[in-house]
Amino acid sequence: MAAQRGWTNNLFLDTGSTSFTEFLGSYAPGLLPGRFESLAAPVGDLIPHATTIVAVNFPGGVVMAGDRRATSGNYILQKDMEKVFRTDDYSCMGIAGAASTGIEMARLYQVELEHYEKREGRELSVEGKANRLSTMIRGNLPMAMQGMVVVPLFAAYDENRDAGRIFSYDVGGGPYEQTNYASIGSGSLFARGALKKLYREDASAEETVLACIQALYDAADDDSATGGPDVSRRIWPLVAVITDEGFRRLPDEEVEAHVRQVLETRMANPDGPTAPLR
Amino acid sequence: MSMPFGYVSPEQEMRDKADFARKGIARGRSVVVLQYENGILFVAPNASRALHKISEIYDRIGFAAVGKYNEFEALRLGGIRYADINGYTYARSDVTARGLANLYAQSLGMVFTESRKPYEVEIVVAEVGEGPEDDQIYRLTFDGSVADEHGFVVMGGVAETVAGRLKDRFSQGMPLHEALDAALAALTEPGGERPPVSQLEVAVLDRTRVHRKFQRLAGPRLERLIAAASEGTPPESTATPGEGSPLEADDGDSPATAPEGDIDTGSSD
Repeated sequence: MAAQRGWTNNLFLDTGSTSFTEFLGSYAPGLLPGRFESLAAPVGDLIPHATTIVAVNFPGGVVMAGDRRATSGNYILQKDMEKVFRTDDYSCMGIAGAASTGIEMARLYQVELEHYEKREGRELSVEGKANRLSTMIRGNLPMAMQGMVVVPLFAAYDENRDAGRIFSYDVGGGPYEQTNYASIGSGSLFARGALKKLYREDASAEETVLACIQALYDAADDDSATGGPDVSRRIWPLVAVITDEGFRRLPDEEVEAHVRQVLETRMANPDGPTAPLR
Repeated sequence: MSMPFGYVSPEQEMRDKADFARKGIARGRSVVVLQYENGILFVAPNASRALHKISEIYDRIGFAAVGKYNEFEALRLGGIRYADINGYTYARSDVTARGLANLYAQSLGMVFTESRKPYEVEIVVAEVGEGPEDDQIYRLTFDGSVADEHGFVVMGGVAETVAGRLKDRFSQGMPLHEALDAALAALTEPGGERPPVSQLEVAVLDRTRVHRKFQRLAGPRLERLIAAASEGTPPESTATPGEGSPLEADDGDSPATAPEGDIDTGSSD
């Protein structure tokens, strides 16, 4: 009963700040992801890792896509993992690195944004959202040093600019705003190389989705930890589009149509589309 | 037998507190919460755009309150915390209006018995379900009592008069514009003018929405809805328009707790 009283007192009398994470830290610190002193030994190779995420801006919005593989060392632990999370109506994040910590961070971040919105009756600015995420990543730094690295990619639609915006991070936080496109994870180098040649400033949302799928294909082609499209199991990349109409995760059938188109061209040309030399 | 000087019996104390709270609540305008075809509709005449009487608590849960702003705002914030922490600890579907109503009842009951001044608030916690039969509406009063309501709830000043008017117009499964029309008609004195869009706070818990069901209706969208609503109903012509203040009933039918003093906009007392 005493616990119950303390609880209601905290809930109703200490109205505190707008941050859910801060409230959680004082009220139930055990629920915060990754705040242990430190691990006895590095666990980097023992826990599942999420791999490649790409995000590309287009006029009026942004596309984020991720492969579906989670690996632990040289094992494939999951073939249909979801690493792109809707964080609110106009933003999403993709995670690379330690899957467990990443998923928990995404869940907490989701509540964090919603909590602010409900309390204050307004949404955080895009910069505000990006900064908030960087604080959460910094909180995970001790764990990152032991191999539980989580590096998210954050994308949002900014209504003040009517444009998509992309922010990347490192283990210490960030954010680093990226122009045009960005990628994270083990296959990110290959994906970035592909995007460099495939990105068009005036591309439509659909063309941008196609560019993302091509980039993920290239990443899977050269990085063993990134999963390519699984035709026999019908597992396709996870693709999200954010515009002024809000967050939309493309249905599997829609992604499948795009992927099949890519596969068809790759049958004739395994390395995919070529960029003009001049 | 002699009483110590200044002794007040517990009965008298409770009665005084209840009277005090009732008077405070009756000073404000009414808030109407009612079921419609696709969910639950909240309507509150509210001149302030910053101080809300209606709010989202969680995916399927909404909140409406009348009375003293700082008191129900504290309850609202507490409710959001309760919902967010439970949804984060367990799963989003584990956050229920019943749990929240119980927590509010505990808190209100404790304040009513233990502090010198009870909360001058009345609140509704509503949860939209898969179908109309799964909708839940809980009404909580200043002393912590909970009532499980069906169909519609009216609270605040002249609640009984407004409820009487709403009862005549309410039916199960009304489309949104009809439900809004019924609510506005109930909130308006017969023959009085309806409050303008700028003085209305309207929100729905719409079961057809994905993720978060709560949505505020304002601006052009609300204007269109009200226009659609008024098309279906001929304007009342029983009394001269503009006679008396439209929202503060002052007729013989008003209950014992008729409004006294200024309308509580929450900005000051």
